Amino acid sequence: MQPNSNGMNVNTVASIAENRRMFLGQITQGVGTVALASLLRPSLLNASEAGLPGIRSLPQKAKRVIWLSMAGGPSQFETFDYKPKLAEMNGQPMPESMTKGQQLAQLQGQALFCLGPQFSFEKFGKNQTEISSLFPHIGSVVDEICLVRSMTTEAINHDPAHMFMNTGSQITGRPSMGAWVTYGLGSESEDLPGFVVLVSTGKGRSPQPIAARQWNSGFLPSRHQGVQLRGQGDPVLYLGNPSGITRDQQNADVIAINKLNRLQDSLVGDPEIAARIAQYEMAFQMQASVPQLMDIRSEPTKTLERYGCQAGDGSFASNCLLARRLAERGVRFIQLYHRDWDHHSLLKQELPLRAAEVDRACAALINDLKEKGMLDDTLIVWTGEFGRTPMSQANKGPIGRDHHNKSMSMWLAGAGIRRGHVHGATDELGYAAVENVCSVHDLHATMLHQLGIQHDAFSVKFQGLDAKLTGVEGAKVIQEILA
Amino acid sequence: MQTNSQRLLFALVLLNGPSAPLIAESPLPDTIQFNRDVRPILSDNCFLCHGPDANHRQSELRLDMRESALKSFAFDSDKPNQDGLVARVFSDQADQQMPPPDSHKKLSPRQKSILKLWIDQGAVYQQHWAYEKPVKTVIPAGQNGVDLLVRKRWMEVGLQSAAQADRRTLIRRLYFDLLGLPPTPEEVAEFLHDSSDENEAVSAVTSNTAKANTTYLSLVDRVLQNPHFGERMAIHWLDVVRFADTAGYHSDNPRNVWPYRDWVIQSFNDNKRFDRFTLEQIAGDLMPDKSQETLVGSAFNRLLLSTEEGGAQPKDYEARMLTDRVRAIGAAWMGQTTGCAQCHDHKFDPLKTRDFYALGAFFADIQEPIVGRREDGMVVVTADQKTTCLVSASLPNKRTVRVLPRGNWMDESGEIVEPAFPTYLPQSDVAGRKLTRLDLAQWLISRENPLTARTVMNRLWQQCFETGLSKVLDDLGAQGEMPPNLALLDWLACEFMDSGWDFKHMVRLIVTSETYRQTSVATSEQLTADPYNREHARQSAFRIDAELIRDNALAISGLLDSKIGGPSVKPYQPDGYWENLNFPTRDYVADKDSSQYRRGLYTWWQRSFLHPSLLAFDAPSREECCAERNRSNIPQQALVLLNDPTYVEAARVFAARILSQRLGSAEERLFWAWQQSLQRSPRAEEMKTMIELLNTHLDGYRKDVKRADDLIKIGNTPSLDSLDKSELAAWTHIARVLLNLHETITRS
Repeated sequence: MQPNSNGMNVNTVASIAENRRMFLGQITQGVGTVALASLLRPSLLNASEAGLPGIRSLPQKAKRVIWLSMAGGPSQFETFDYKPKLAEMNGQPMPESMTKGQQLAQLQGQALFCLGPQFSFEKFGKNQTEISSLFPHIGSVVDEICLVRSMTTEAINHDPAHMFMNTGSQITGRPSMGAWVTYGLGSESEDLPGFVVLVSTGKGRSPQPIAARQWNSGFLPSRHQGVQLRGQGDPVLYLGNPSGITRDQQNADVIAINKLNRLQDSLVGDPEIAARIAQYEMAFQMQASVPQLMDIRSEPTKTLERYGCQAGDGSFASNCLLARRLAERGVRFIQLYHRDWDHHSLLKQELPLRAAEVDRACAALINDLKEKGMLDDTLIVWTGEFGRTPMSQANKGPIGRDHHNKSMSMWLAGAGIRRGHVHGATDELGYAAVENVCSVHDLHATMLHQLGIQHDAFSVKFQGLDAKLTGVEGAKVIQEILA
Repeated sequence: MQTNSQRLLFALVLLNGPSAPLIAESPLPDTIQFNRDVRPILSDNCFLCHGPDANHRQSELRLDMRESALKSFAFDSDKPNQDGLVARVFSDQADQQMPPPDSHKKLSPRQKSILKLWIDQGAVYQQHWAYEKPVKTVIPAGQNGVDLLVRKRWMEVGLQSAAQADRRTLIRRLYFDLLGLPPTPEEVAEFLHDSSDENEAVSAVTSNTAKANTTYLSLVDRVLQNPHFGERMAIHWLDVVRFADTAGYHSDNPRNVWPYRDWVIQSFNDNKRFDRFTLEQIAGDLMPDKSQETLVGSAFNRLLLSTEEGGAQPKDYEARMLTDRVRAIGAAWMGQTTGCAQCHDHKFDPLKTRDFYALGAFFADIQEPIVGRREDGMVVVTADQKTTCLVSASLPNKRTVRVLPRGNWMDESGEIVEPAFPTYLPQSDVAGRKLTRLDLAQWLISRENPLTARTVMNRLWQQCFETGLSKVLDDLGAQGEMPPNLALLDWLACEFMDSGWDFKHMVRLIVTSETYRQTSVATSEQLTADPYNREHARQSAFRIDAELIRDNALAISGLLDSKIGGPSVKPYQPDGYWENLNFPTRDYVADKDSSQYRRGLYTWWQRSFLHPSLLAFDAPSREECCAERNRSNIPQQALVLLNDPTYVEAARVFAARILSQRLGSAEERLFWAWQQSLQRSPRAEEMKTMIELLNTHLDGYRKDVKRADDLIKIGNTPSLDSLDKSELAAWTHIARVLLNLHETITRS
């Protein structure tokens, strides 16, 4: 289906045909390359030019997004939400008044006991914000970030929760936010995809799976789907030439293909052929530009040390550095997944490992972007797909916490987000968000708002509905977290 | 999906800038028709707040029914044009204006005028077209209903037939549409030179009375008997019912359902009546004459997403499965988008939440997998082997189905519902007993049901013309499109039912029509008159589907293993593509035998990580029903065709075939290669380009035979030692260019 495919009236089509002939004529006469490249430049083919509502209707604070997804669902009690009362009640039964009749995952039907924070908290920054001692680097930049302790979600199993976090719906087939945003705003990069995904895995146990649908374009045009850049093998699938074929030989073939296609076009006049020619040019460019992008050996040693990564290690830290490089190259939406936060068991043993894997790199990303003057227009978001229970889980080995959707913590930074602020709060045991409760749709609305998009107007026709990322229930922009 | 003309629009935007006015107003019709002119406006702009959903209705005003609208004084039947609707839509005061500014909806001046004229003419309503029984136009004996009804529209809108396609184009079109494979050069030659043909000058525009000639008719007959027909038709059906080899959620583990895929292929090849085809899928386990065959068909009920995730609550997934099944019936048979009624009455169609759950209740007897546990399935014996297949089994004690308020499975306060047909559609005579899945299936295929035949014929039309007669294939409801040529869709639907749900009969009717056989090359006059080709005064050219891209390359190279059916296969796939799968982690092991060269539709369908070559060409993940694929044009497609070892191997094997022919000059070889890949002769300039390219690569590889050796070893096929390595490598590039051409992957 084609979003925004309004009927076109007969009277104007004559001029379109005229222009089309002129346009194709230029191509066959060899003026082509620039025109062809621009034919495929996503920024020229996106919703804003097609007049889709909601786009650029607000001041654009964020030019791009870097979303750090902690896959598996980190515990807020060992990261950003300090609960002394929960520590006091450690081992005691959880008050039934709180949990009765509520949705639980693996703890459904079990006796429920409080589990106090497993690590100490320290105070950071000018407001003495309490953050787990496992995150000293994030603590060191707490004055740059806005911490939200009252986040909630609707889903409670990983797969639907990721879907909800990415697409605003638990039903498969909806576009991921990165697809929405590149659809709406296009990309400023000529030789990289507008929506890029990087996945790293903790050096721990057996992490939760992540499906490619998490970066799917759903009912939006396929060119808006996220492209995963991989740490091993071809960074983009099928990027490398077959063995035995040099770049010059590849070039010769692409030139021949395009020449024959152009010839065919002169006979049948199909604009799809012009698009095909441009795609071959773009693919050939990507074959050079993507390896350059991925090669972080060119970075100064001190930068690698700052992030805590080595070239080719495929770590979250490497991916943070790549995120900065992607941002510099005009990529619109960059999403990082770091897997293995699903601590049903071994919370005390495993969570510090994950913390060490992300803490330094997150802070480095913020500082690096700031020094380069890019933090002001880059929106950074750090979330899990859900939070975890204040109750202990002991049926899977050494103690852990179960999935939980009534409370979780997240943080945002850059691009007009209020600096050094804490928003919202949970009850004294951290079971539920009680103050300034935020939903996933609110988060999406706020992110779109910073991108200059009015969330309740930004819609696409799908199955007869004006489908929106933020759903139909009335999401709200979280004004209090904006500067 | 983008049509060519929509892309033209983009091209125009590029040239003229975004501010160029694109839409002008066409004159108002003399007589306003509610379904054609008014309903789309009201549905798009008003029904959200003034439509069928009582919970969302504002000011007690309902515009989708005349009586309600009258009662609310939206207009007055005695004093037309005095107050209400017209005043509100023409108002420019924010507190009066409809739709209100904060709805982000805006009526165009033409839309406002239509509403005014409609009320002036008495505000006559019609029931939504798709809920009325189709009416069959009488077609004089010996005439093709398709051509007659298409021409009738041309008379109305002032269009004329395009020239008929040349024969080479026509046979390629027919083969891609009905078999999904290219014709061999011999088949093309036979068709081109058949002397029984009385009228070679078929390109005359005036040939609108010429009879379909016997050569073509016998070609169509042969194609319909070809066993690849079933494979081709199956691709679409498998999308619609979301067939895949894995469970979908979370660990996305395998489950055995491929016998169902073969059942679909066989059903199309046997031309199983479509009513029977329906019964076996929905209720194959409840049929009086149930057999292994009907049970395998009933695997349809098991194709939905399921999970093995720890902590998944059975009630949660019970609700997900119920809604998934209702969506599937809606998509595959009814052409209705039902999903929204899971939480609230449909905003635009008369489907109520209660209807939705009552439809779901038909499936409350199906034994579901226990969350977290895998099933073995039923043992199925085929000609080749014994295997298992998940099938439907009916529980003696059905689950209780409640309306879930706002779709919330934890809320058990909703009303209990029994199976029932949607109240807004004609009912079957089943009073006084509890309904079963068999009743549902019989209701779908009853002569009274206005939706099923239309839905299926609309999809078949799309396969043969790129766009459906009603362009939104999965929604014949208020938010879909009333077909510009409703008479044609209705005639096809009626003929389909009257013929005894004879699918091949309908395919034959369509592909033997002159409408189908027109050229796809549009003149500027045609583009001007009908930019989206909705009136079919020409054919369409479009890129072939993902699976067919593969099939075509394998067929041209001579690698294709044309075996039909069997377990899904694993073509080459980049290492590590499944690295984010877990429970358990999995290694992808590509097939080493001839399974490596099977058709694309047999590819292992991993829902969470569909094979990347298929994905690049818009094959759907089949997590949800998919009536129509995107048809995108993205750089990843170039990377696949250039670099995927499947296509490199196809190129080098094709090259070896070219060199193994007893041909002398490079020109002769190119001529032969062109016949294989495009079934035509190369043009002089094409020949020149390729000769130059050949010489470039010959030079390169003669200087570096090691690289030639690397290239000609890609893929499992052993390389031919008898051939000169540099020559083979250079010709591999020639073959590769041919496989990459736009024309090669286009059906025109």
